[in-house]
Amino acid sequence: MTAPIIEDCSRTRSAANHAARPGTRMRARARGVLSALALATAALGSGGCGNIEPWVKPYERQALADPIMSLDRNPVSTAYMQHVFEAREGARGARGSAGGGCGCN
Amino acid sequence: MRDPGMSKAPVAPVASAAHRGGARGAFTLAWLAPIFLATGFAAAHAGVLAEDRADVLYHRYQGGGVTIHGPSVLVRKKMAEKYAVSANYYTDMVTSASIDVEVSGASEYKEQRDQYSLGLEYLRGKTIYSLGYSNSKENDYQAETASFGISQDLFGDLTTITMGFSKGSDTVRKRDTITDRVDPNFNEPIDRWNYRVGVSQVMTKTLIMVLDLEVITDEGYLNNPYRSYRYINPSDERLFALDAEVYPRTRTSNAVALNARYFLPYRAALHGGYRFFTDTWGIGSNTFELGYTHPLGKEWIFEASYRHYTQDRADFYSDLFERRDEQNFMARDKELSTFSSQTFRIGASYEFASTGWRFVKKGTVNIFYDRIEFDYEDFRDARYSLLPATDPRFRPVGSEPFYAFGANVFQAFVSIWF
Repeated sequence: MTAPIIEDCSRTRSAANHAARPGTRMRARARGVLSALALATAALGSGGCGNIEPWVKPYERQALADPIMSLDRNPVSTAYMQHVFEAREGARGARGSAGGGCGCN
Repeated sequence: MRDPGMSKAPVAPVASAAHRGGARGAFTLAWLAPIFLATGFAAAHAGVLAEDRADVLYHRYQGGGVTIHGPSVLVRKKMAEKYAVSANYYTDMVTSASIDVEVSGASEYKEQRDQYSLGLEYLRGKTIYSLGYSNSKENDYQAETASFGISQDLFGDLTTITMGFSKGSDTVRKRDTITDRVDPNFNEPIDRWNYRVGVSQVMTKTLIMVLDLEVITDEGYLNNPYRSYRYINPSDERLFALDAEVYPRTRTSNAVALNARYFLPYRAALHGGYRFFTDTWGIGSNTFELGYTHPLGKEWIFEASYRHYTQDRADFYSDLFERRDEQNFMARDKELSTFSSQTFRIGASYEFASTGWRFVKKGTVNIFYDRIEFDYEDFRDARYSLLPATDPRFRPVGSEPFYAFGANVFQAFVSIWF
């Protein structure tokens, strides 16, 4: 696997300003949180800077698009089995997949 | 329920009481909603809404003196490629004479749980926003859950980040074990908060990995109102007595899971996963899973998998307390004990109408069978100490063999894409 190439992902102005300004410890921490939120918001809003070159090209995703590679091929069945297990076990949670991001479509 | 033994709520806000071993009381479902939303509605990766699809499933669980069966129907439909609606109806029909029912002296009972779920999705760019609502009813338990989720594709659609939040409100009631009437003076609430974050990542042309993190907090009446703990009582002819369990009123759990799916050099797939779990009740658990998927021709897909689960008991669990009110919190729920389970699965799917038929694009017929073996390490089979002392199988309290049982889980369903 090749590392992703980030071509144009400059920091937002507000984040850069926050990082440069001195302040009290608490204010600095608050600014840090705000900066992180700003960056996260910017990343989400712009589709993750949008310019990362995929290391798996669209035409290389044939295997990932195969139904047998689906993370949840039968959701109604998956939900039922999770119900069966969670009713009889002490553990719970973290069973849902984050969605199959194969980028095939 | 009279089933002092079956609970649900505590551990799994989720399942119907029924599933919990039979207890009446189900405790429930508040949970299924997040599960359903996470697996069903959000199954599509961001940027693309799930295909129009309908599933009709029949499920049957049988084990430990409990039989639970019923239908589940799920329909998903897109509109204008930007919106999608999902609806699910699910039923558990329970007949229970579990070990907990037997030990309490109660007789077999029947009950039913019905659950309705509705989901809405909105696609904007590479982001999917989702809303969900679920309602579950039993004759002594009600649960409502509302959920919100967001899913975002990043980095050339090789990464999907999902975040979700659910809020559940349950109402626990209690039925009289003799008259079967609801106690008008018993009405206890439970509030649940659920936070989920997940990342799925395409690693290579043949490997995808998923990391999930989930935090759940419950507050309220987390007991099963029918369940009792047992303690040594020298004045009783059985040398033990029963009293109502006492649980903490709060519980917070953390779970993190890593799953992967790999496309083999020939057309088949391997999947594996690990989950680590811990909570404020002292329960810790590990879950491992490994599976293999093998297609045969264009129509058939076969599956086999193995799942291994282990957990440590809750701090306030004991099979036999030294005396009444020995400590602040006391439980004898086998779901809170130290145990392990192994699940063996086989399944097959057959695709029909592959080239379409009228409004149907394609369809599948599916059959899955799971065999689950539960082995308890500190939950004893109290039925042995209830036998007449003259019975050769009789064992004094505290020296009964540890309980174990196997369950058969059967699913048959038809799916159509339209």
